[in-house]
Amino acid sequence: MSSPSIQAHNLVKTFGNFTAVKNLNLEVQPGEIFGFLGANGAGKTTAMRMLCGLLKPSSGHATVAGFNVSTQTEHVKKNIGYMSQKFSIYDDLTLKENIQLFSTIYGLTSAQTQERMKQLAIQFELEDKLKNLVSTLPLGWKQKLAFSIAVIHQPRIVFLDEPTSGVDPMTRRQFWEMIADTASTGTTVFVTTHYMDEAEYCDRVSIMVDGQIQVLDTPQKIREQFSAQTMDDVFSLLARQKKTNPKQIL
Amino acid sequence: MSALAAFVKKEFLHIFRDKRTLLIIFCMPIALVMIFGIVISTEIYDAKIAIVDASSGIRAQQLIEKINASNYFKIVSHLRSSSNLEEIFRSQNIKLAILIPQNFDKDFQNGPPPYIQLIADASDLNVATTLIGNITSIVQAFVEENSPPSASLPPFQITTRMYYNPEQRDVFMFIPGILALVLMIVSAMMTSITLVREKEFGTWRLLSSTPLPSPIIIVGKLIPYFLLSAINSCFILGLATSVFGMPIHGNPFELFLVCLLFILTSLSLGIFISSITHTQQAAILASMVGLFLPTTFLSGFIFPIENMPAWLQPIAQIVPAKWFIEAIKRMMLKGASLQHVLTQIYVLAGMTVLLLTISIRRSRKQAT
Amino acid sequence: MVQIENLNRYFGAVHALNNVHLHVQKNQLFGLIGPDGSGKSTLFDILATLRLPSSGKAIVHGFDVQKKASQIRKIIGFMPGQFSLYQDLSVLENIRFFANVYGVAFDESFPLIRDIWQQIAPFKHRLAGKLSGGMKQKLALCCALVHKPSILLLDEPTTGVDPVSRKEFWEMLQTLKSQNITTLVSTPYMDEANLCECIALIQNGKILAINSPAAITAQFKFNLFGVQSTRSNMLIKQLRQFEKTQHCFAFGKTLHLMLKDFSMTERDIVEFLEKHGHKNVAVWRMKPGIEDCFIELMQS
Repeated sequence: MSSPSIQAHNLVKTFGNFTAVKNLNLEVQPGEIFGFLGANGAGKTTAMRMLCGLLKPSSGHATVAGFNVSTQTEHVKKNIGYMSQKFSIYDDLTLKENIQLFSTIYGLTSAQTQERMKQLAIQFELEDKLKNLVSTLPLGWKQKLAFSIAVIHQPRIVFLDEPTSGVDPMTRRQFWEMIADTASTGTTVFVTTHYMDEAEYCDRVSIMVDGQIQVLDTPQKIREQFSAQTMDDVFSLLARQKKTNPKQIL
Repeated sequence: MSALAAFVKKEFLHIFRDKRTLLIIFCMPIALVMIFGIVISTEIYDAKIAIVDASSGIRAQQLIEKINASNYFKIVSHLRSSSNLEEIFRSQNIKLAILIPQNFDKDFQNGPPPYIQLIADASDLNVATTLIGNITSIVQAFVEENSPPSASLPPFQITTRMYYNPEQRDVFMFIPGILALVLMIVSAMMTSITLVREKEFGTWRLLSSTPLPSPIIIVGKLIPYFLLSAINSCFILGLATSVFGMPIHGNPFELFLVCLLFILTSLSLGIFISSITHTQQAAILASMVGLFLPTTFLSGFIFPIENMPAWLQPIAQIVPAKWFIEAIKRMMLKGASLQHVLTQIYVLAGMTVLLLTISIRRSRKQAT
Repeated sequence: MVQIENLNRYFGAVHALNNVHLHVQKNQLFGLIGPDGSGKSTLFDILATLRLPSSGKAIVHGFDVQKKASQIRKIIGFMPGQFSLYQDLSVLENIRFFANVYGVAFDESFPLIRDIWQQIAPFKHRLAGKLSGGMKQKLALCCALVHKPSILLLDEPTTGVDPVSRKEFWEMLQTLKSQNITTLVSTPYMDEANLCECIALIQNGKILAINSPAAITAQFKFNLFGVQSTRSNMLIKQLRQFEKTQHCFAFGKTLHLMLKDFSMTERDIVEFLEKHGHKNVAVWRMKPGIEDCFIELMQS
C-alpha cells in the first residue's frame, strides 16, 4: 500500500493567545476525495494554509506528498495544486493564455504545456472556449478553468477552497464529476464547502468545530452515528452541542 | 437635521479611527511648512569665499570688512594674487572669489568707476547666481555710502528697491503655495478618497436606497473636511506669521474668506474625482496626477509661470491653485482687498460651479 | 405588495432581466432562487430604486419604481449582497447611524429587532469589520429593520455563511412574518427554497417557475429514480447512454436518473445495468427536490 498523501499529527496553530487549530490529526490516502467541513471561523482555512506550506505550524508535524510542511515547503508547493473561492485567474486573458501562463509558472516546458492543454481541453470540455476572454464567460467556466489550472502540473494533491459557491445546480454537478474524474486517476482531492449536500460526494469527511476535528468518517457512517438524515442535520447537531457552552458563541 | 448631524459625526469617527488620515491632515501641513520654509531654502548663508586683494588700500580693506560683516559670506582665504586661485577653488571648496584690482583705492577717489571681478563656481548654477546677487548688492551699498559728496557720480544710477518683500525672503513665496497644496490634499484628495470608499464598500448603494437625498450624503461627508481645512489654513497662516515673520498686510478676515472659497473649489474637485473613479487606489492616482503635479509645478508655486514655455502657460491658467496663490500673495504682501482680487475670486467660483455641475450630471447618468 | 410586469433590463447587449412577471403577497416570505449572474441582484436593484428598468413595470407597495422612488425608499429595508456597513464603526454606531438616516430613534426593545438584537448585543462595541460572517449578516438585518419597514429586500443574505448561521438567519426571517413584514429574499442555495412560502426559480434573467415549493416539485415532468452501485464512476456514463434517459446527475453518491417514460420501472433500469456488467445495483423511485426541478426547468 502506498503512503498517505496527507498526514497530520497533533498539528497546532496559535495566533497570540488564540488557538486557531488544536491538535489536528488526519490521514488522507491517494485518490481519496476528502471533505473538510466546518463553520466560518472554525479553523478550516488556517489548517488548509498549513497543509499547503503557506503557514508555519506552531507545533506538531504534517507531511503532504511525503514532504514536511514546515521545512520542505518548496517541495510541498511543487506537488500540490490549489484553487481558492476567488480563483486566481486573469480576467483579461483568454483561457489558453491563462493555462499557458500557469504552466510556465509551474515550470512545464512548452511541449508539456501543449500536451497538457490538449488533455485538459478534452477531459473538461474546454475546447470551444479556449480563445475566449475569461471575463466574457459565465462563472461555471471560470471554475472549470481554475480547476484545470490547479491540476495543470499533475499534482499529487489538489486543495479546493469552496470551489462551487454560487453556480447553478447543473454546473455544480458537472464540477463534481470533474473532481471525481481527477480522483479516479489517483490525485488526492482535499475540499472545503458550505454546501452540506456536497459532503455526500466525498469518500470521507471531517467536521471541524472550534479548531478541532469533531467527527471524521465516511458520510454514511457519520449520519448513522448521529442518527441523522442528512449531513446538514449532523452539522446542526454539532453546532447545538457547542452552543451549550456560551463562551464559545461566534 | 438629525440625519445630517449623524453623517458629520460618523465622518469624524472615520477620520479619528484612521491613523493615516489623521497623519495626513495634521502632520503633513507642519512637515510641508518646515520643509519649504527651512530646509529647501534658496537663501545661502556663510558661503565660503576667497578674497584676492591686489590693492591693499584702505577702501579695499573697508569693503572686505563689510563683506565679512554680512552673514551671507565667510572669507576662508585671503590672497594677494590670483595665481593659485584655481587650486583654492578645488581644495577649499569655495563658491566665489572676489578680485580687487591694484588701483581700486585710486579709482574710488578719482574715477574711472571702480572695478571688481567676481569668479564663481558655476557647477551649481543656482548657488552661483544667488551669491553674485548678494555680493553685488553689498558692493553697491558700499559704493553709495562711501562716495564723497563732491565726487562725480556716474551719469545715471539705478537704485532698486524690493517692494513687498524687501528682504527677498523666499519663504514668503512658498507659504501661499504650501497653503494651496495642503488645502488640495485635505479637501480634494481626502474627500475623493472618502467618497470613493463609500462606493467601494457598497455603503453608497445602501444609502441610495434610503430616503436620504444624495446631496445630504455628500454635504454630510464634506462638512468635516471643510472644517478641518479651514482650521488647517488658519494654522498655516499662523505658522507663517509667527515663525517666519510673514506679514498679512491685507484684512485677515478677507484673506480667510478667500481660503474658504479655495477650500470649496478643492472640495468640488474631490467630488469630481470621486465621480470618475471607482476605487480608492484610482482616486489617489487621479489626485496625484490631476492635483499635485499641477499644483506644485504649474501654479507658480515653485516655477514662475512667466518662465514657462508659451504652450504651457495656458494650461497653467486652468490650475485653480494658480489663481489662489496669486490672490493670497497680493492680499498678504501687497495689502490688497477683496476688490483687488475679484478676477481670481470669480475664476475660482466659476471653476467650483463648473466642477459641481459636471459631477452631478455624471452621477445622474450613472444612476439610470 | 410587489407587482412586477413584463420587466426587462439590458446592460448593453446583455439581457439581464427577460420579461419578468412576479407578484409577492402581503406578509409573504418570498424566495428568489437562482445561481450567480441569473439576474437576482439586478431585480433587487430595481426594487430598491437603485436602477431603472429598461421596460416594463415594477410596483412596490403601490408605488411605481420609476416615478415614486422617494416614497418607496421610506418603506423598504434593503440588505445588499455585498456587506455594506461601515467596517470601522462599531455595531452600535452602525445601527444608530442608520436609525438617524431614517430619522428614527434606535429602540432596542421594539419587537421587530428584539430577537436579533439580543444575539448581537454582546458584541455591540466591536467594530463591524471584526465580526464573523454570520454576525455581520445579523447586524445588516438589524440595520435594515431599524425603521420598521413594511417590505424587506434581502439580496443573498446567506451566501458564504456557514450552515448553522444560515439556519439561524432563516429562523429570524420566519419570525418576521408574524410582524407584518413582507420579505423578498434571494439565495443561490437550493435547500433554502423549502423555507419560503413561495419561490421563483430564476436563470439567465428568466423566471423558470413561480409557486410554493411543494407545488413546484409536484409539477416535475419526469420519472425520477435514485441509483447506486459499487462502481459509481462508470455508472453515470452508462446511464446517460440509456435510451430513455433524459438527464442523469450525481447527488452525492446517489445518481438521480430522470426518464421521460413513466411506464419504466425499477426492474427495467436494473436489467439495463446488469446487461452492462453491474452487480449490486440499487434502484428506487424518488420524490423530486427543488434541485431536480431546477435542472429539469433549466433544460427545457
